[in-house]
Amino acid sequence: MTLWQKLILAAAGLMALALLAATPGMAVLPDEILDDPALEARAREISKDIRCLVCQNQSIDDSNADLARDLRIIVRERLVAGDSNAEVKRYLVDRYGDYVLLTPPMALGTILLWVGPFVFVAFGAVAVFVWFRGRSAAAATTGPKMSESAGLSAEERRRIDSLLAEDSSSGEDGKGEGGRG
Amino acid sequence: MSDETNAPDAERPKRRWWLGLLPLLVFSGLLAVFAYQLIGGRDPSIVPSALIGDPVPTVELPALKPDKPGFGPQDFGGGPILVNVFASWCVPCRVEHPLITALARDYGIPVYGLNSKDRRDAAIAWLDELGDPYTRIGYDPNGRAGIEWGVYGYPETFLINPAGEVVYKYVGPITPRLLEEEFLPRIDAMRAQ
Repeated sequence: MTLWQKLILAAAGLMALALLAATPGMAVLPDEILDDPALEARAREISKDIRCLVCQNQSIDDSNADLARDLRIIVRERLVAGDSNAEVKRYLVDRYGDYVLLTPPMALGTILLWVGPFVFVAFGAVAVFVWFRGRSAAAATTGPKMSESAGLSAEERRRIDSLLAEDSSSGEDGKGEGGRG
Repeated sequence: MSDETNAPDAERPKRRWWLGLLPLLVFSGLLAVFAYQLIGGRDPSIVPSALIGDPVPTVELPALKPDKPGFGPQDFGGGPILVNVFASWCVPCRVEHPLITALARDYGIPVYGLNSKDRRDAAIAWLDELGDPYTRIGYDPNGRAGIEWGVYGYPETFLINPAGEVVYKYVGPITPRLLEEEFLPRIDAMRAQ
């Protein structure tokens, strides 16, 4: 093994080690973490659903903002004081409104948010149904001619007939020319 | 024979012509919604205060300066009062400072300062430099009282009615237009009662 090969091997080993050692970025700082792992797990779970009001599309668990850190600490303080998960969320909602929750509550003002996607799917399903029923109804009105010509309307049948007639006549012409040449 | 075959085909376009207008209708609808949001709609990044209509938070704030008191819930009532959240490191606070001063001096409205997440010496130096329009100043070094008030940006300005309830909150520096359109009409209405 040459020196170069050894060097490359060593570099590859170092890179692999670095990848193993890397952990996903986390905003929670070591001094915030609670000693009780069960409480800490609940704090993390709550934090993932609390919006950082400064960055607005990050949870306080992801955000490095100052306010997010303050809120993380408050979440942990409430848990240590014996609050349930719902009580901790209630505490924050009382101060910052429903907006602080990343999962909006089911209410009159948010009903569209929750039901909207299903309404659109239902609308699409109805549209598809109406479309296909319209097609079969149209097929039915054309009567027996439809069934005997495998789903083609009379007009389509006529066009195909004329196209086929054209094709066969031009084919005969071609043969004739070939024969001449 | 020809009549019979043409009849269903002639019916089809008649039945479906409005379907062609559907995309145009949907597009017009979307256009109207977007135009409304762009021109008249509110800024979606501004979080409405959860405290509107509620009594002021019960948190008691210690004084920032030795010669000026802090404030607590018992210091509200009797007339309209503004609460202005500020910090010496906050650049927009500096921008709105002349307007806060004008509100306090020219309109005679007591303005309570909530000095949040600041160093005491820096805050006092800031007030010495720009002038101190506040009637009371509460000191909130760790931002805890700010959270009780639902503060998430600096500056923020709350309007408290004579009953001690939060009536309005604005996040960001106050502008002359905002003063004219949002604050003064509300204050005048309270005073007229």
